[in-house]
Amino acid sequence: MSGTGSIPAGHGGADGGGHPHARGSVWRTYVFSTDHKMIGIQYGLTSLVFMLLGFFLMLAMRWQLAYPGQPLPLIGKFFSPQNPFLPGGAMSPDLYNSFGAMHGTIMIFLGVVPLAFGAFGNYVVPLQIGAPDMAFPRINMASYHAYLWGGVLMLASFLVPGGAAKSGWTSYAPLASVADTRALAPSTVFHPVFNGQTMWLIAMVLLITSSLLGAVNFITTIIQLRAKGMSWMRLPFFVWAQLVTAFLLLLAFPPLEAAGIMQLMDRLAGTSFFVLSGLYVGGKLLEASGGGSPILWQHLFWFLGHPEVYVLILPGMGIVCEVIAVNSRKPIWGYRPLVLAAIAIGFLSFMVWAHHMYLTGMGSKVSTFFQTTTVLISVPSVIILTALLISLWGGAIRFTTPMLFAAAFIPMFGLGGLTGLPLAFNAIDLALHDTYYVIGHFHYVVAPGTIFALFAGIYHWYPKITGRRMSEFLGRVHFWPSLVCMNGIFLPMFLQGMAGVHRRWYDGGGTIANPTYELVRGAIHWNEFMSISAFLLAAAQVPFIVNLFVSLWRGERVGDNPWEATTLEWAAPTPPPHGNFAMPVEAHRGPYEYSVPGHERDFLPQWEAVKGSGT
Amino acid sequence: MEIPYTVHERPDTGLWNAKVGVWLFLASEVMLFGGLFSAYIFLRIGADYWPHHALNVPLGLTNTIVLITSSITMVLAWVSVKMRDFGQFRFWMSATLGCGCLFVVIKSIEYRDKFSHYGVVFRDEAAFRKYEPELSALGANIKTNTEGHGARLDRTPHFEIAGHLASGVTADAIELAPDRHEGGAKGGAHGGALRVALADVARWGVFAPRYSTYYAIYFTLTGLHALHVLGGMVVLFYFLVTGAKMFAADPEHLANRVEVGGLFWHFVDLVWIFLFPVLYLL
Repeated sequence: MSGTGSIPAGHGGADGGGHPHARGSVWRTYVFSTDHKMIGIQYGLTSLVFMLLGFFLMLAMRWQLAYPGQPLPLIGKFFSPQNPFLPGGAMSPDLYNSFGAMHGTIMIFLGVVPLAFGAFGNYVVPLQIGAPDMAFPRINMASYHAYLWGGVLMLASFLVPGGAAKSGWTSYAPLASVADTRALAPSTVFHPVFNGQTMWLIAMVLLITSSLLGAVNFITTIIQLRAKGMSWMRLPFFVWAQLVTAFLLLLAFPPLEAAGIMQLMDRLAGTSFFVLSGLYVGGKLLEASGGGSPILWQHLFWFLGHPEVYVLILPGMGIVCEVIAVNSRKPIWGYRPLVLAAIAIGFLSFMVWAHHMYLTGMGSKVSTFFQTTTVLISVPSVIILTALLISLWGGAIRFTTPMLFAAAFIPMFGLGGLTGLPLAFNAIDLALHDTYYVIGHFHYVVAPGTIFALFAGIYHWYPKITGRRMSEFLGRVHFWPSLVCMNGIFLPMFLQGMAGVHRRWYDGGGTIANPTYELVRGAIHWNEFMSISAFLLAAAQVPFIVNLFVSLWRGERVGDNPWEATTLEWAAPTPPPHGNFAMPVEAHRGPYEYSVPGHERDFLPQWEAVKGSGT
Repeated sequence: MEIPYTVHERPDTGLWNAKVGVWLFLASEVMLFGGLFSAYIFLRIGADYWPHHALNVPLGLTNTIVLITSSITMVLAWVSVKMRDFGQFRFWMSATLGCGCLFVVIKSIEYRDKFSHYGVVFRDEAAFRKYEPELSALGANIKTNTEGHGARLDRTPHFEIAGHLASGVTADAIELAPDRHEGGAKGGAHGGALRVALADVARWGVFAPRYSTYYAIYFTLTGLHALHVLGGMVVLFYFLVTGAKMFAADPEHLANRVEVGGLFWHFVDLVWIFLFPVLYLL
């Protein structure tokens, strides 16, 4: 076996001390598995498929933005001019709205969160803390299945009359309260339950249930199942990041579930939680008691919505931290501030939500409060980013593919964060609200930020999951074009946004020759450049998909600790059997003991009892 | 490798896994009901009119007592397992389930009453004044925000009566036997009937969720709470039926399970202790 030869004996595979993989039926092993690693893989593959789908939706929208009203390439010719969704192959406004709402929903709730939390958290956290499994394996299985069926329901909503939800991923009331009903679209026959917006709500309730089950499981596991010696300050930062994320999911999601239930009541029982008095829809007074408040929806939505931003970013930061430590061969600079900053982010993220609502006229006192907390939360974020950056200083950096992605995360997330500062201020936000500036800002955080971190994680832990390394060559072919194209898409958004291009314009502000709004004439020409960047970004993902599958057979075989890393997951056999470790593991030191002076090797794993020349 | 600390405490945390899990779950439940309670506050602050004493307080109080009793029997059931007395456990657990059933039955009676009672909101003050002499002759209980309890002069005036349908609804009018003053919330005795032209009516109907934001939040909160009661009963019933086997094999494990189920049951009880004053009394 390659690797380091320093791993406890008996690590040679399934004949070790742990239970062999429970080889019942195929169903028990692959579908209804209770093993955290299989559930992690299930989460990973499902969420990658959803992410690809969400990306395709956006490609269709980018075509419409760059070439308004022209038939989609490749598939456009299959649609007749009478088609309600794609008349003559060109997107209808309703379909554009639908794709916009579903792109956001799919990417956040079905793509990034399940990949960052469900997949990486499930696979890596129990291994890193030296646990045999999650604390509640069957609840873990239920969590994945709630997620899967929520996702299936979300996809099925594309097929019902009227199509999928169209009110944006935020489902703002009162639009969402009357969307996909006869009041708004008298010519369509909607099913009372199986219509886009109602199915969106039901699917969200399932997804919220899934993350609730996951969050309870993660926190219990981290509190209860840490191996001997794995004290709180010896936890890898990734585990801390996942712990804070789990608390955010646990406490921030239920108010959205409450809001979802209330919107369901509005749609199914005719209540007026979010329907104000005297609302006219389609030229007619809506038959409802009224007295509700659309602002209430916004409050409840953003009470989840803002912590959700940190649900998206914290696991990414955790992954980047692990990858940077391994590849710079240095202890992470400022481990304790990192942990405290993550906890501070967790607390503060519950107090910033209304900065999404400056335009609602909450009053200057409320706005000032949320402006202050919003600026405050940038402090721990900067601490984390700075610690990661300084960790590179003086390191013997190995430019592996995961390291490239992790290194790119720092400036890309930095750009996303810095462009968020102006939005924190009430006065500036009033001008920039709902423009492409906002889109550019949060996409820099999530796309070349979190998604790059997730790619880093996939390349980093792939050898532990499969026993083979992904191709470095294909990894580079994936990385560099992705980096360039991401910036090609999102950098011009800042220019467009400051020129006043609104995020929901179906025709992207018109064509250069014939702009819808004179104001934005100077910024429209970027649409084509951004769209072409998006299409090239799609092409740049091909090497990744090929790499992901071909490496299963062709990748270089590696041992248990191919990166010469220090954290406990690399002590387990590869791939880890059911029950994870061949023999009881113990943490003897902190997680990042790299290049400790006086040792012959430049890493000192957590699981090794004290030995070597230095001590 | 078995998952550790499923039954016995981890020494440094002093907890077994399910106890951590259930407390976390309850934290998220607090946020769920907290979201709905804050919606209640939000809606009530912004409402033109908020009904007072629209619910049957004696029935609500009875249900409060029933649930508190069930929390006591729940603790006794847990103590019985701890004392290793399975017969006692069965008795107290059955009593808990009985209280749960009683609660659901009383709640159903309250719900049915709402769905057979009609409310009429007048279009404006002028429309109401037309019927005022007739209504006072009938001794009808008029709900308004212009005078008396809950008067809010800064809001749009609101005039509302409630009662049972006398002969029914025609194309242009509704005939109602209004609830009287003395009848209290439930109405009780009904006298003569009154014919109200639909042209004078802003909205009318049974007190279903759609009737007003008060009934919307009332049904949503109590409905979600009732679902929690039913869910808790399913779990407790499962412990009652399958408990014997686990009691024989590992009584401490059963005690843990009952403790966890009990924590949930107490939480559901606690939610009701907030719901009762907020919806019935305030």
